[in-house]
Formats: sequence, C-alpha cells, structure tokens
Amino acid sequence: MLEKALSGSNRYWAWIFFLLAVIGVGCLAYMKQLNEGLGITGLSRDVSWGLYIGQFTFLVGVAASAVMLVIPYYLHDFKKFGKIVILGEFLAVSAVIMCVLFIMADMGQPMRVANILLHPTPGSIVFWDVVVLNGYLLLNLIIGWTTLGADRKGVRPPDWVKPLIYLSIPWAVSIHTVTAFLYAGIPGRHFWLTAVMAARFLASAFAGGPALLILLALLVRKFSKFDPGTEAIQAIGKIVTYAMFANVFLLGLEFFTAFYSNIPGHMHPFHYLYAGIDGHTKLVPLMWLSSILAVVALAILVFPHLRRNENILAFACVALFSSLWIDKGFGLIIGGFVPNMFEGITEYWPTMLETLITMGVWAIGFLLLTVLYKVAIAVREDDTAVEH
Amino acid sequence: MSMNRRQFLKLASASTILGVGAASVINNISKGSLEAAQIHPDPRALKGKRWGFVVDVSKLTTEEDYQKCMNACHDIHNVPSNPNPRHEVKWIWKDTYEHTFPNTAEDKIMNKELQEKNFLLFCNHCAQPACVRVCPTKATFKRESDGVVMQDMHRCIGCRFCMAACPFGARSFNYTDPRPNIKVENKEFPTRMIGVVEKCTACYERLAIGQQPACAEASNGAIVFGDLEDPNSEVRKLISEKYTIRRKPELGTQPSIYYVIGGGEHA
Repeated sequence: MLEKALSGSNRYWAWIFFLLAVIGVGCLAYMKQLNEGLGITGLSRDVSWGLYIGQFTFLVGVAASAVMLVIPYYLHDFKKFGKIVILGEFLAVSAVIMCVLFIMADMGQPMRVANILLHPTPGSIVFWDVVVLNGYLLLNLIIGWTTLGADRKGVRPPDWVKPLIYLSIPWAVSIHTVTAFLYAGIPGRHFWLTAVMAARFLASAFAGGPALLILLALLVRKFSKFDPGTEAIQAIGKIVTYAMFANVFLLGLEFFTAFYSNIPGHMHPFHYLYAGIDGHTKLVPLMWLSSILAVVALAILVFPHLRRNENILAFACVALFSSLWIDKGFGLIIGGFVPNMFEGITEYWPTMLETLITMGVWAIGFLLLTVLYKVAIAVREDDTAVEH
Repeated sequence: MSMNRRQFLKLASASTILGVGAASVINNISKGSLEAAQIHPDPRALKGKRWGFVVDVSKLTTEEDYQKCMNACHDIHNVPSNPNPRHEVKWIWKDTYEHTFPNTAEDKIMNKELQEKNFLLFCNHCAQPACVRVCPTKATFKRESDGVVMQDMHRCIGCRFCMAACPFGARSFNYTDPRPNIKVENKEFPTRMIGVVEKCTACYERLAIGQQPACAEASNGAIVFGDLEDPNSEVRKLISEKYTIRRKPELGTQPSIYYVIGGGEHA
C-alpha cells in the first residue's frame, strides 16, 4: 500500500520537501548536541528536563487519544467513526514515534540506550514506559495497516485483529498512566506529587488529541476527495468539550489543595508559573496565555450551535490545542523543577538549537503522518470510486 | 519439509539472536540486581553495614574549613570546575541553613547566627534512595554490603531521572565535556565523559583500602564517618549524645547524614 504515498500533486511534494528541509536542519542541530553535549540546550543542574521531555509527555497524550475513536466505534458500534478511526490510529503511530525520538534527543548518552533492555529494571517506571509505548506503537501499526489493507480489498478485516483492537483500549490508558507515574511518584517534587496526575493526563490527552484530529480531518477533507464525515467531526467535538472540562476541573483541584492547605512547597510552583517569584517571571505570560486560550476554547465549545460551525470549531480546537501544549508540553515539566530542591530559582528557556531539534522531531512526525494519511486517503478515495 | 542451506542459515541465525536476547533479559531480571564486586577484597578494607556521616557544623568556622573538605574530595575525584553555574558539577558543597533545610525558610525570626551559618552538603546515601528506585539501568544502585549509593558512570545513559528524583540536589550531569575543566588530573581515579550523571560515592575506592572518606579526613573532626548500624561506632555515639537533624526526613528516604548544629549556650 505504501506505493500510494509515492504519487501526489505538486503541493503534496512541496510539503514533503519542506518537512525534509526542517528535518535536515534539526539533524544538523542534533549533530552539534551529540558532539558538545546537552550544554547546548537551556537545561541546567536545577532544571534538568525541559522542552524535549515536555514534548514527549504531551505527545504520549496525543497517541493515547486514538482510543477516543476506538471505544465508540468498536465497543459501541458508533458507525459514524468508521471512516475516521484510521486517522486516529495513524496519528497514534506518528505520535509514539515522536515520543521515542524526543526521549532519544534528551539522552546524555543515546548510544547506551539499549542498557534499558540489557539491564531491565522493573522497579523503574521508565522500563515500563518503554514496554507500553513500544507495545502501543506495534498495536496501532498492525491494527491500522490490517484494517486498511482489508478495506482496500473490499473485505472485512481478519478476525484476529479484533482481540488486538480490544487490547489497544486499556493499552492506550496504560501509556498515559505510566507516563504520569514518571512524575507522580517522585518524593520532593511537590508540583508532581499528586494522585490526580494520571487522571489529569488522560483528561488533557482526550481533549488535546481529538482536537488535533478534528483539525487534521478538516484538512484531509479540504485537500483530498476523502470526507471523514461531518457527523464524526461533530461527535469528536463533543468529546473534546467534555474532556477539556474534566481537565480544567482537575487543574482546579490542584489549585485548591495547594492554596487552601497553605503549604509553601505546594504553592511555590504555582506562584512561579502564574505570578513569578522574586522577579523570575519567564513563564508567567505563557501560562496566562494558556489559561486564556483554555477559557476561550471552552466558551466556544460549550455552545453546540457555535461548534456546529466548522470554522468556529477549528478556531476553538487551535486555541485548545495550543493551551494544552503550553500547559503540558512546557509548564508541567518546568513547574516541577522551579523552585529547586533548595527553594532557589533557576529559570529555564530553550535555546535556538534546542528549538531546531524539537522542530526537526515534529517534522519527522508530520512526515510520517503525511505518508500514512496519504495511503489511507488513497485507499478511501478508491473506495468511493468503486461505490459510485 | 525441505530446506536449503540459505533458509537453514537464516532460521538458525534468527533463532540465535532471539534466543540470546530473550535469555539475557530473563537472566538479568531473575538475578535481580547486578552489582559490581571486587574479586579479592583488601584485608585493610573498612567494614560496615550502613555507612553514615555526622557533620558538626559548629566545628566549621572559617571559609578555609569548608574549602579544605571540598577540595579534598574534588581534587582526588577529578571533579571538573565548570565555570558556568548552570552546568556546575559538585560532589560536596556548602550552602545556607535555609537552603539546606528549605522547610524552615518561612521562619523570619530565627536565630541570626544559624541563619548565616553554612552547611556542608553531599550525597545522603539514603537507606531508601529515590534515585536508585527510578534509575532504568541500575547505573545507580545501593551497595547491599554497606549501603553506599553507587554510580556507574559507564552504564549511565544520561536520562537524568535520578536528578529529578533526588530531593537533595546531590547529583550533577555533565552538560559539557568535563575533561578540559579538570585542573590537575588524578590518574588513580577515572575521569568522566560527556552526558553522564555523577555524585559522591562515599569514597568507595578509599574505604576499600582502609581509608576514611577524603572529606572526613580533611575536616579536622567536623565530619565523622562510621557505621550507623553499629551501636558502638563513633557516629552512633555522637547521635545519641547530641541533638542532630537530617535533611527532609519526612520524604522517607532515610538520609544517612546527621547534622549537629551545636554552638550557643542552650544547644
């Protein structure tokens, strides 16, 4: 089926080459990091994880969100998702691959990464994260490729795929739960030491991932003859709305516990992120932007007649996705490190090279996504040709 | 079923690779932990069940007192002096009371002398180390024989999870090549490469030949080293005689450094 990605319009090839160019620049920047070390980033001994790990965390959520299409379609027989579910599965594949690349980009000694398997350590959450992420990648590749292949031949998917599809549902929950456990089990990082971390991760994932999917579905419809379906897009809009409310509610719980208990260690990260401490205010504008975007997105999404207008829906999805990207892909990680273990403040801001590497990884993800979607769309376009 | 030579070789090599890979994974899990061990222990080696330290800061008065301890450690362990504070590598350092015990930082009316006092900080060699729990490769591990929290700089993949997990900021990452920043290299101790985490390892190399940790030796009695499990050890005597405090004991890591604040007539 992959050959279908090899023929496309000029616009398709222009997009591919644009992505390749961004990847090329990212690779050059990464070569420098490989030679000179992570000192080329904005990281420090106090803020020892930053943009890379933030992107990893955020993208695990995007990957997990495919389950929001799989559950209605396969468990509740919600037929409207029949055409769009493949887009969710292929989004999950690209997102997991980006996750793996961001982890690799963050390693001080990437050549030694096989040590995780050579010296398996079940007590370490990283070990389980490697297991569940790779498992999820395989599941989605197999499921997506097989169902699409069956679709191309106009036959039903083979029976052995069904158990894998059912397995992929708890598996999706597991990838984001395990990722939350990376943070939520660390003593001494007050911002992360919270029992609702995994729940909030899932809520934000089920809002942010499907919001991205709506945007992708709208783009697919605009640039191809394949229509994922207006009703499917509207149904996803509903999911996004509920999940985002759940996410904001859980964030509110964090604020309540920190400030009503009045425990300094619990309040400090919130002070730093939303107000700044002692003139250290680098993240304040970003965090407020995230909050405003969340409010704007919810104010639109909560009214069904507003989100029925696809232009307004798209705007709300962009706002929501950006809000969550800031909150989870950046603030969540930095807030865990500031103030540091001595209640001192070291601020973090990514460097140019770090940003280029990050953009390179995103470009690899989009390249994969483009190729996979191209194949899926080509198969679906053939379908419609046969039907008529 | 017939099979030609080519197919046979393919099958044989594939099953070998799978078999060896799976066997090594299963072996390593079943063995629990891989621990570096010396083959012939030196008869002079110091023996203890759980090494710990008592740091009496009342005996540290001048800047020189602190420097002597820090230099003793950093010189023999080839700790680089990175000029960029964000990339600083340190195994032992000094910091103020409110940074050392940050949960007391809210106290605005505390003893002035104490507020201005500096403390010596290094790895706590916790009995329940959070860094060891999170390490995905066992590059950092607690030595079962004597409780030293070790760091294998050759196995470390540089994921920095231990730095996120350590509540005491005792770990440093080599953000840049450490070697150009070593002033005088001690050939007896390895230097590190870029991208790995390092920290105080309780001078395991000195304990093995019967010597005290370098900081304790240089401290003029301000740092006392000994076995916390041995009721007759000097550290246990000091702990039973004086009021001692530990950093962040509420986190349950059971740090093995006890601080004696001392000084003042009511202490």
